[in-house]
Amino acid sequence: MFDLDLWREIFQSISKNKLRSLLSGFTVSFAILLFTLLFGIANGLENTFNGFFKDDAQNSIFIRPGKTTKPHKGFKAGRKIQFKNEDYEYLKNDFGNKVQYITSRVYKNFMASYKNEKNTYSIRAVHPDHQYLEKTLVYEGRYISAKDLEEESKVVVIGRLVEEDLFMKTVALGKYINLGGIQYKVVGVYRDDGGDNEERMIYMPISTAQKIYGNNDYVDQINMTYNPAMSYNEALSFSKLLTKKLKERFDVAPKDQSAVRVRNMAEASKNVNQMTTVLSVLIIIIGMGTLIAGIVGIANIMIFVVKERTKELGIRKALGATPKSIVTMIMLESVLVTSLAGYFGLLVGMGLLELIGDSLKEYFITNPSVSTNLIVGATIILIIAGAIAGYVPAKRAASIKPIVALRDE
Amino acid sequence: MLEIKQLHKSYPIGDSSLHVLKGIDLSVKEGELVAIMGSSGSGKSTLLNIIGMLDEADEGSYVLDGVPIKNLNEKKAAVYRNKFLGFIFQSFNLINYKNAVENVSLPLYYQGLGRKERQEKALFHLGKVGLKDWAKHLPNELSGGQKQRVAIARALAAEPKLLLADEPTGALDTKTSYEIMDFIQELNDEGKTILIVTHEEDIANMCKRVVRLKDGVIMEDKFVNQVRAAQYV
Ligand SMILES: Nc1ncnc2c1ncn2[C@@H]1O[C@H](COP(=O)(O)OP(=O)(O)OP(=O)(O)O)[C@@H](O)[C@H]1O
Ligand SMILES: [Mg+2]
Repeated sequence: MFDLDLWREIFQSISKNKLRSLLSGFTVSFAILLFTLLFGIANGLENTFNGFFKDDAQNSIFIRPGKTTKPHKGFKAGRKIQFKNEDYEYLKNDFGNKVQYITSRVYKNFMASYKNEKNTYSIRAVHPDHQYLEKTLVYEGRYISAKDLEEESKVVVIGRLVEEDLFMKTVALGKYINLGGIQYKVVGVYRDDGGDNEERMIYMPISTAQKIYGNNDYVDQINMTYNPAMSYNEALSFSKLLTKKLKERFDVAPKDQSAVRVRNMAEASKNVNQMTTVLSVLIIIIGMGTLIAGIVGIANIMIFVVKERTKELGIRKALGATPKSIVTMIMLESVLVTSLAGYFGLLVGMGLLELIGDSLKEYFITNPSVSTNLIVGATIILIIAGAIAGYVPAKRAASIKPIVALRDE
Repeated sequence: MLEIKQLHKSYPIGDSSLHVLKGIDLSVKEGELVAIMGSSGSGKSTLLNIIGMLDEADEGSYVLDGVPIKNLNEKKAAVYRNKFLGFIFQSFNLINYKNAVENVSLPLYYQGLGRKERQEKALFHLGKVGLKDWAKHLPNELSGGQKQRVAIARALAAEPKLLLADEPTGALDTKTSYEIMDFIQELNDEGKTILIVTHEEDIANMCKRVVRLKDGVIMEDKFVNQVRAAQYV
């Protein structure tokens, strides 16, 4: 039920007692401001950590060869390990459905040119599965296909920024670019959430690169994703198995850590997830602490406010105010001041986050912001807090005998 | 109008208690104008507050307009205060952030009247005390006499049966006091029952009946020849 007269009384009491209202509002505004900033920054930190993995599939395993550090089976230490196509085939075929996607990579660096524009780019020669591993989003044309590999076609898929750099706002698809003297047809253009560097890459079929640049079957790195149905522990034991098998395959000592390096993202992401969880819990505790401090603050101020108004309340009672009408009036005033002030603090906090958000990138804070859920939650908490903060002293004031309230001190 | 029998009231002070009213018998008829006198601390205010339901008696009976006032809950007391009683205090007790007309409207707000009706009635009563032009002024922009007249307008606004005034002229100079008394006499002429607590003999003589308290009992209760205040203003 909306009682216009009651609200008029409340508005008058708030606006005619500006200093009092401002003081009580300030505590709440400040608490909510801190609360918003804290949560915003926590979100920003979380965004940064999540960003580290956005680029790649979370169930990735990267396998890189290195040099041996221990002598083993008659080989001396310092031997360089070289992966070849047969190793890729072995990993792909010998582990059944444990492997979801798999690709080899050959790295090259070339000066690329189109008409008068040139620039140096990293080239990745890959298998078609690479698209899923790297979360490459082809938005024009297509990705490298199995047929390309078979025919060793001279085709490339270029990043959005490569197109921007070399083609000067014209369409790259279907045109030919020159990589170290050889013409390649652009069959696709892609985006990648991993950042600018990822969009300054050129992909080509691995067979083509092996044929043209060295005429061998060398592979620089093998990436795969494990079957996502596997649990964290299963995934870990799978990468242990891979390490063991590969060490045997290349006659590497079991204790040699650098000859074959298998990196399982599950481990890294688990660590970071744990860290963000700890961080979030910490921030929630601090945030709630601030909020509670704010609520205690408003409760204290309401006690003071009601004390200051004791005489007024006594007059109102002498004129026929019922205890209920007094409690309602004070509670609603408290709710109104709390909500308005809290909302103000929230807006200022959100504004600040918006303003300084971008300059915090170097402190590992990306896009600090608060969610709608949090805003709704905070608003509800504010209203409840205001009601409680107002109720206790209002109830007490309403039960004072009018004669006590009216007595001059 | 009101009937009080063997009324007792004590205040606890530390471990002991102070027996302020020790068996008051008082009966007031409709249309009376009664002055309650007595030395300071004799319990005048205490008696008036009990009559006004701002405070409760410990013992004895009190019937107001045929309604026994005993163990009233706060809500009922509020309704009676609002409907039957008008208060005028020595220190005016206006709400300082409300202007004159808003102060006068307040009892009407608690009667549940609509905004327009409140405004009209409040202005009418302000007019009766001669302050129509001061309706929009805050209490601190008014003189003591004007404040007391606003307070009287407020007490009248609810059209109470009984008007209770605790030293209404206590904070005013003689001339202003007589103006206020003139006004109170007019109200009484119109038939309103009025009880006034006062220290001053001249004010008491402007009433029709004087009740003197001493040591918690009524020492004297007599009718007097009313002195009209109009001749002094
Ligand atoms: N709430 C209270 N607690 C304790 N003692 C009280 C209380 N109210 C009044 N008294 C005491 O009761 C006695 C009567 O007080 P009361 O206010 O009725 O006197 P009064 O006749 O109105 O005096 P005055 O002329 O000074 O106003 C006084 O001694 C006063 O100190
Ligand atoms: Mg007194």
